[in-house]
Amino acid sequence: MDSSTGILRAAGLTLAGGVVLLLSTAVYSESAVTSGSKAAGMNSCVAPTAEMRRNHMDYLKHDRDSVVRKGVRDVNNSLADCIECHAEKDGQGGYHPVNAEGQFCSTCHAYLAVSLTCFQCHSKTPEQKQSGAASLSGGGSSGQEGGLGLLIQSDEAAALSVEEMVQLHAVFREE
Amino acid sequence: MSGNREQPKEIKRREFIGMTVLAAGAASVAPGILLTVAHATAEAEGASSEVRWGLLIDSNKCAESCNACVDACNRENGIDLLQRPQGQGDEMWDAQRPQWIRKVKLKDNQTGEVTNLPMMCQHCEFPPCVDVCPTAASFKRADGIVLVDRHTCIGCRYCMMACPYKARSFIHQNVEQQTLRSPRGKGCVESCNLCVHRIDAGATTTACQDACDKDGHQAILFGDLRDPESALSKALREKSSRQIRADLELNTGVRYTSL
Ligand code: SF4
Ligand code: SF4
Repeated sequence: MDSSTGILRAAGLTLAGGVVLLLSTAVYSESAVTSGSKAAGMNSCVAPTAEMRRNHMDYLKHDRDSVVRKGVRDVNNSLADCIECHAEKDGQGGYHPVNAEGQFCSTCHAYLAVSLTCFQCHSKTPEQKQSGAASLSGGGSSGQEGGLGLLIQSDEAAALSVEEMVQLHAVFREE
Repeated sequence: MSGNREQPKEIKRREFIGMTVLAAGAASVAPGILLTVAHATAEAEGASSEVRWGLLIDSNKCAESCNACVDACNRENGIDLLQRPQGQGDEMWDAQRPQWIRKVKLKDNQTGEVTNLPMMCQHCEFPPCVDVCPTAASFKRADGIVLVDRHTCIGCRYCMMACPYKARSFIHQNVEQQTLRSPRGKGCVESCNLCVHRIDAGATTTACQDACDKDGHQAILFGDLRDPESALSKALREKSSRQIRADLELNTGVRYTSL
């Protein structure tokens, strides 16, 4: 609706995208999705992986304001949902904290030296169902290699083109 | 635990709203009072200024030895998950641990009359805590609930000084464990949020009211102050009630009877 900020935004994205693209060929060939997490069995996140890598913080920030300040709770992007999908089961009916060393969030954040402050306040594990704890660990299907949708193979290009990314971003803004 | 009970309540609420619509057509309203019908606050709608949430507390019914509302609040909002920092003494721990609701005991020294009441954020219409906040972290939602947005709270604690009801707590320690519905971390201020996560999900009671009802006291009643047909508004019409420190003219959302 506001075209000048839209253009600025696109320009900013192009710049940022360019930088990340440069880095990505060398660094981002492998996925940080852990094999014991729900995300490992899914085909995609709420947006393509490359888009999520760059812009997950924007998605979260936008929706956190509408949740906290306006009480609009059925938002597309919530940190609780990130954790639900990305926390890895610890094999004892519980979960590893999603920000623990080697886990989904910390892998990239440690590499990029970006401090991760969400979890000073937010829960690092999904809400445990009181009675369903047994069924959580009972699946046993998490061991299969290769069938893990979000785990990108190392020969697969992990980045979108800049145009694709800007387009995607616009689509998600409009929704 | 509460999941099982929310379903019938939701249905009741919708029936109730249906009845309210009917009643609204016939209701004669005092001049100057705007008649609005509360919508069910669905998750998508967000907070609406057509409602104003509040509480009515009957201090006659509040039992002396009972602590049910405080315990329920602590459970509901993850306060019971906090661990005492190592080496901290009882006195410091009791002074610093967060308290969203606490029991207050009043004694009239002349007559010896004792009154008990639960005390929490009064959800002021004109909240001093919001006036003083330098970052607008302390704010009032459209539906009257006063909250702290911890994303922007810098922990200056001005609001704690400004609040006449000592309703706010500061988190002094690193927090290891939180629930999804109650984020909490070192360096931010917090206070009673009228169980906003429940209300946004369509619930019609707070955790403290549920606990009080369960113990058979029924001293706490949650509801919509703007809806003249809500149980809360009806009770306010029937009995004389008070705002604590009404002289400050904050128009509190929490009212007390038998005080
Ligand atoms: S009771 Fe205190 S914390 Fe609550 S709204 Fe009033 S001033 Fe703010
Ligand atoms: S402690 Fe936080 S909420 Fe309170 S006045 Fe300071 S910034 Fe605002």
